[in-house]
Amino acid sequence: MSQATDQQGSQPILRLVNLTKRYGDLAAVDDLTLEIVDGEFFTIVGPSGSGKSTLLRMLAGLDKPTQGDIFLRGGRINDVPANRRPTCMVFQSLALFDHKTVGHNIEFSLKMRGVDPVSRRKRCMELMTTVRLPENFYTKPVTQCSGGERQRVAVARALASDPDILFFDEPLSAIDYRLRKLLEVELKDLHRTTGKTFVYITHSLEEAMVMSDRIGIMREGKLIQIGTPNDIYTRPQNRFVSGFMGEINTLEVRTGSNGMLECPEFGKTLTSPDRGEDFSAGFLVIRPESMRFLRNPNDAENHIEGSLFNEYALGSRVQYHVRAGEKMFIVEQLREDAYQGNLNDDVIIGWDAADSVLVTD
Amino acid sequence: MRSSLRDWLSNPGVISASPLAVFLVIGFLGPIAIVFGFSFLPERTFGFGGEWTLDNYARFFSHGYYKTFLWSFGLAAATTVCTILISYPVAYGLCRTFGRWSTIIMLLLVIPIFVSENVRLFGWVLFLLKGGGVLAGSLKNLFGIETGSMLYTPEVILMGMVYVYLPFTLFPMNLGLSMVPQDQVNAARDLGANRWQIFREVELPLAMPGILVGALLTFVLAIGAISEAKLLGGTTVVMLAHAIQHEFTYAQNWPLGSAISVITISVTGILVFFVMRRIDLDQLLRRR
Repeated sequence: MSQATDQQGSQPILRLVNLTKRYGDLAAVDDLTLEIVDGEFFTIVGPSGSGKSTLLRMLAGLDKPTQGDIFLRGGRINDVPANRRPTCMVFQSLALFDHKTVGHNIEFSLKMRGVDPVSRRKRCMELMTTVRLPENFYTKPVTQCSGGERQRVAVARALASDPDILFFDEPLSAIDYRLRKLLEVELKDLHRTTGKTFVYITHSLEEAMVMSDRIGIMREGKLIQIGTPNDIYTRPQNRFVSGFMGEINTLEVRTGSNGMLECPEFGKTLTSPDRGEDFSAGFLVIRPESMRFLRNPNDAENHIEGSLFNEYALGSRVQYHVRAGEKMFIVEQLREDAYQGNLNDDVIIGWDAADSVLVTD
Repeated sequence: MRSSLRDWLSNPGVISASPLAVFLVIGFLGPIAIVFGFSFLPERTFGFGGEWTLDNYARFFSHGYYKTFLWSFGLAAATTVCTILISYPVAYGLCRTFGRWSTIIMLLLVIPIFVSENVRLFGWVLFLLKGGGVLAGSLKNLFGIETGSMLYTPEVILMGMVYVYLPFTLFPMNLGLSMVPQDQVNAARDLGANRWQIFREVELPLAMPGILVGALLTFVLAIGAISEAKLLGGTTVVMLAHAIQHEFTYAQNWPLGSAISVITISVTGILVFFVMRRIDLDQLLRRR
């Protein structure tokens, strides 16, 4: 994966120091410290209840932190109300004003600042071009817009007052798969053309991978790993992070002699990928696409015997479920390397140590 | 033509709706038609068959009944304005800030409705009575302040009407305000709107259907107000309902009473028609 990102300087635009939000005994955001670089696309990924929405609401000024500080370009903004922060948010529900037209939605922040109607309209037309909305939508009621159009209106509205940072609260979660893929690309392109800092939250690591410069994985109010999409993909820190990646194979292992791994479940000794000295027990993660069918047990560094349970065509790839003992392994092959044989065949699947990752629990 | 009529009559919708339609024609349209008919009959007629005349309508204007009309509409309008001004903050509190207290406050507002309007108004009479009334007596006893009569003024009638009709504005308004999505309020704030701008640009337009329904309900009910003026107002003001009742009973002049009724129904009907055209009731009820 290439890292063709356009880093503009590296001074932090947003700095969170020991930021905490408590509801009773529960810390929704727990002592979080983070720097977000000017101009980057930073995505926070976490399951629901991980505190990511609370974090974003504090950054936008809609919630007050219980403890800790938020600095914007070095100035503390804890007590600055939402309407005076140079940030804008795209809400999960989009929160478009249903009683207004597309044009009046987009112009809203300008009207609030007392910009005259002529300049407002001019700016609105520019923004509609930026987000690819046709000009005649200016007078269209937002209630008559499609999902994708509403999305674009919401983004244009947030951009109107030229904010320093744009926050996104899972705006794509309610949109169907194909349109979502399209809008992900559009958002990333928009990030490039506007050069603004985007802070995005989502529960989908896949979505985060497509768009982000850096990703933070959030769990129970804490950021447990921060890194580029490549870092997260190739070096997940623990099973929680690797589990976010979708379907994976995991084997419980512990360190054996000669730097090998013991896998008690299959009574096997496996070759270990590189990992710091600190590792003693945990899980070996092998992605489905790193697994392959072997003619001969020695064709890969590690192998496991099983029987082919079922196969699923995924378009460019084919996925297989292979039963071995109590476990179901997932193997993915390119279509041209598809397995030639029948269901219930006895098969040997294997992988090379370099294609696997060791994680702690 | 015949077959299309038969099709229409065999439509299950028409069949299912017909009992209600028959009931409404007999019980609702019928009496109104009779009143309408009577309004064109000569003075003191008690059956159909006389000459048709417009005398009753002429009398409405020549004998000062239009003053009654103006008092009723004026007081109803003032009542509506007052209830809106009082209800908005209360409804806002019930939806946004009172939290778990709002159920209790709602109950306190609802319970008095179960007591007869006349009883409640008599309560006010006892409270405001000159000399021995609760208010006057207490003021005299505790502070030695002598108060004049507080009853029998248009202001007291208005107070009584606002007191009686407040819930009819408050509850629809509460529904209207609770339909304003919190996200849109947050979005407006995030986009730089201050409190006043949020109110004007987001909350008020989105709550408007509820406000209009409440205002309309209150206004229409207040047009028919009678006990407030009788009990709290003495003979200061004669309201429309009072005048109509008077013509039908004491004065035994049904045609004049009918003419006043027809004028009231028409003016109110036109008003309701114009307001209702602006509200989508289905939307108001479906969304919550």
